[in-house]
Amino acid sequence: MDLKFWVLLSMLVAKDLKFTYSTGPSFSFPDFSCGKEEQLLLLGESGKGKTTLLHLLAGMLKASSGTLELMETDLRNLSAGELDRFRGEHIGIVFQTAHFVESLNVEDNLIMPQYLCSKKIDRQKAKTILSRLNLEHKLKEFPKNLSVGEQQRVAIARALMNDPQVILADEPTSALDDKNAMEVIQLLEEQAKATGAALVIVTHDQRLKDHVQKHIQL
Amino acid sequence: MNLFKIAFKNILFRPLNTSLSLILLSFGVGIISLLLLLEVQLREEFDRNIKDIDLVLGAKGSPLQLILANVYHIDAPTGNINLKEAQRVMRHPYIKEAIPLAYGDNYNRFRIVGTEHNYPAHYGVELKEGKLWSAKFEATIGADVAKNTGLKIGDQFYSAHGLTDNADIHTDKAFTVVGIFENSNSVIDQLILTEISSIWGVHEEHDEAHADGEEHEEPEREITAVLLKKKNPLAIITLPSFIKETNMQIALPSVEINRLNENFGIGMSTLKWVAILIMIISFISVFISLYNSLKQRKYELALMRSMGGRKGKLFAMLLLEGSIMVIIGIFLGLILSRIALLILSGALENQFHYDISNAGLLINEVKLILITIFVGVLASLLPAIQAVRIDISKTLSDA
Repeated sequence: MDLKFWVLLSMLVAKDLKFTYSTGPSFSFPDFSCGKEEQLLLLGESGKGKTTLLHLLAGMLKASSGTLELMETDLRNLSAGELDRFRGEHIGIVFQTAHFVESLNVEDNLIMPQYLCSKKIDRQKAKTILSRLNLEHKLKEFPKNLSVGEQQRVAIARALMNDPQVILADEPTSALDDKNAMEVIQLLEEQAKATGAALVIVTHDQRLKDHVQKHIQL
Repeated sequence: MNLFKIAFKNILFRPLNTSLSLILLSFGVGIISLLLLLEVQLREEFDRNIKDIDLVLGAKGSPLQLILANVYHIDAPTGNINLKEAQRVMRHPYIKEAIPLAYGDNYNRFRIVGTEHNYPAHYGVELKEGKLWSAKFEATIGADVAKNTGLKIGDQFYSAHGLTDNADIHTDKAFTVVGIFENSNSVIDQLILTEISSIWGVHEEHDEAHADGEEHEEPEREITAVLLKKKNPLAIITLPSFIKETNMQIALPSVEINRLNENFGIGMSTLKWVAILIMIISFISVFISLYNSLKQRKYELALMRSMGGRKGKLFAMLLLEGSIMVIIGIFLGLILSRIALLILSGALENQFHYDISNAGLLINEVKLILITIFVGVLASLLPAIQAVRIDISKTLSDA
């Protein structure tokens, strides 16, 4: 199939992607794409540039060469300000360890993506998503009072708040035990399906191989 | 959700850092504002009581003491002067008005002053009830005297020798209250006014009691001082030589008070510098507090950027955090200075019978507030700039 066709179907297309740090290390990434409601696992050991790739996909780094299109938008053509806006509106990111605005409670942290993108604040939505994750009772809790597993679930809830078309997850399970890891990956899959988003997981966690069918080895 | 709420919660989230900055800021602002208030209030108080008194005639000694004792009634008199000699000055053609004062006794620490009716008239003090004194041992009392001693019209009281205590009471001659003055914010509020002859009366008996059996001549009449209004500016030059041969001196209230202010001023400006130093330290503390929290919050800020937060928004948030702290600090400082003024005014009223408690916002304080806000915002500017310059990708992958 040629690239044009893939672009029409795909939320995300990467081709000949290269990135070189000013400090030296240079990475070349294989071509890949991910369609609507599709799930993609980008597997690689440490030092293969997993986080670099995720940051490229999130528009937090700019590729040195190659094409990277999200929803038919070439990220390389956007200005810094446009990138911030694009990222906030279309991409939900889940990081390896969950971080929050420490001074705000769970509810305020959840509406933070809406506020930062100047969208209408919808507190009911925060409640709904949180109850989908069985965390409704933690709404007024401060993040630091939650367990690590709960924090990761709240971080997932936050990534869903702006109905992103693409959810990017950076090692979402590597800090968790088997039980929590399975819960989190199932959750990610369910929620991505529920919102109709493409799910891209960057990880070295071999446990996820059985869960996600489409993998790409870095 | 708005920027103000987030900034406010961030400030509250670091209570120790925040309190340190606030304590320093409010003390700096408080001290400076208290100094400004005191300066203005004292000057007003002093000016109100000088009110057209050009010259003060009294016994030789410190001219400043002469002024403080006779115009403000906050110091002991320099001594007594001979009435006949004083009258020569009072009748001098260059003099428009002369108010003689004779005192040396007190009632509950309030001075009993023998004088003439032109003394309360000079300050425009009006009667609240009763009448002005018209005979020996009749007294008309100031508003604060009435309030503090509870004396009413028709009440009798005995004077005590000296100006400060009740140790030596003249129990033979009682004064009768015949009138009470309206409050006037002048020295009259703190005085008991009577005929000059009553003061002589008390001491004649007093002297006789002590000089028992001795041959006693008709005493030379003495008074304490005379407040003078000049008719001709030449009075200031002529009168000192006119009284050269006597034990009297003439002092100019305006000159002495300026001298006092200058001496006072050194202390005031030293305090001012201390306060400015405290404020500089507080600005540094606001700066360090924001800068330190920035290190801890670097990830948080990168996170907000990754969720679509624009640089401008984060910049505004940090600037707002600094500004909120500074404004709360200013507010606390102004409250602090008012409380201190209230306490000081109570202490001053007890010690000197002076009342300073009117505490509106001064123009100089408005300047102080504007400068403080400006410097405060400046102190939070660098951390804010630092915050928008963070590399999101690097910060997020380092965590």
